[in-house]
Amino acid sequence: MMEAVSIPPFERFYEEHRTAVFGHLVRLLGRQRAEDAFQETFLRALRGYPALRHGRHLKAWVFTIATRVAVDESRRDHPQTTITEEQTGEPERPAYAQLEHLADELPDKERTAVVLRYGYDLPYDQIADALDSSEDAARQAASSGVRRLRRRLT
Amino acid sequence: MTAVPEALDQRFRDAAVAAGLLDVSYDIADTPVGPLLVAVSELGLCRISYDPEPDRQVEELARTFGSRILRAPRPLDPVKRELDEYFEGRRHEFDLPVDLRGRSDFSRLVLEQLARVPYGEVTTYGSLAARSGRPKAARAVGTVMNRNPIPIVLPCHRVVGSTGSLVGYGGGLERKRLLLDLEHAPV
Repeated sequence: MMEAVSIPPFERFYEEHRTAVFGHLVRLLGRQRAEDAFQETFLRALRGYPALRHGRHLKAWVFTIATRVAVDESRRDHPQTTITEEQTGEPERPAYAQLEHLADELPDKERTAVVLRYGYDLPYDQIADALDSSEDAARQAASSGVRRLRRRLT
Repeated sequence: MTAVPEALDQRFRDAAVAAGLLDVSYDIADTPVGPLLVAVSELGLCRISYDPEPDRQVEELARTFGSRILRAPRPLDPVKRELDEYFEGRRHEFDLPVDLRGRSDFSRLVLEQLARVPYGEVTTYGSLAARSGRPKAARAVGTVMNRNPIPIVLPCHRVVGSTGSLVGYGGGLERKRLLLDLEHAPV
């Protein structure tokens, strides 16, 4: 049985992750647009905070929110080109909504890795940041998540 | 690492308040009795603490009022203004709603009676117990005073022993003396 991790007061959560989240958004959007996205990210986190059931993987959680905000920002400013397309040149990726739904039942780490990798095409060094792990561990989490999803679908 | 610019940090905190997303906002107020942690919920003032360690208070506030707690100065402006006026001797009564959630019925009753003890006057633990309908509960009243979540505004410094001795104070006897002197109380 995994030990219950209590949810910290929001101030502590914010203090702990704001710098990393801001850095992540600057990498995705550039300095100027990162500022609006930063505020929106933590407002969304505040809205979702009461629904959290435990305090595990909060960094991964807020990175997922930040990435989603960045994608929304990017779509709003350039409806024809999303971050995904800009970064990879592969516009055929599955829609995030589908993927998130499918990944819902994966263990936290795998879900975050799968969503950030295949939903948003983040490079593994940034996923490793979100998971507080090495790049290798991030790669492994994404691939075992995908394997698990495949098993479920067949 | 890209540090979050201070103005952006402040903007987020203000936006969280404006969006009504916080269970509790808190800040540190500088006063003649030292730095005080002051906190408000949507219902009113919910904490004044002499504890120099905000983390401990923040944890406790989150347990009582909800985890969405943030250091956000703006909602504390009226509290800080009234405290300033009090310490300058210009305010004898506070016009601040208080939020006593998390306290037992007896504690609330005692704290409500305590709020009626006028500026510059003192009462005793026994007398406050009697006014709360439990004349023999002076010791229990002492415990409620010791755990008063909103000292100064709920004036537990105005409660003294039956012989007139100061007895004790959550913030230390030196502060109790200072507050009573400020109010020119007869002890």
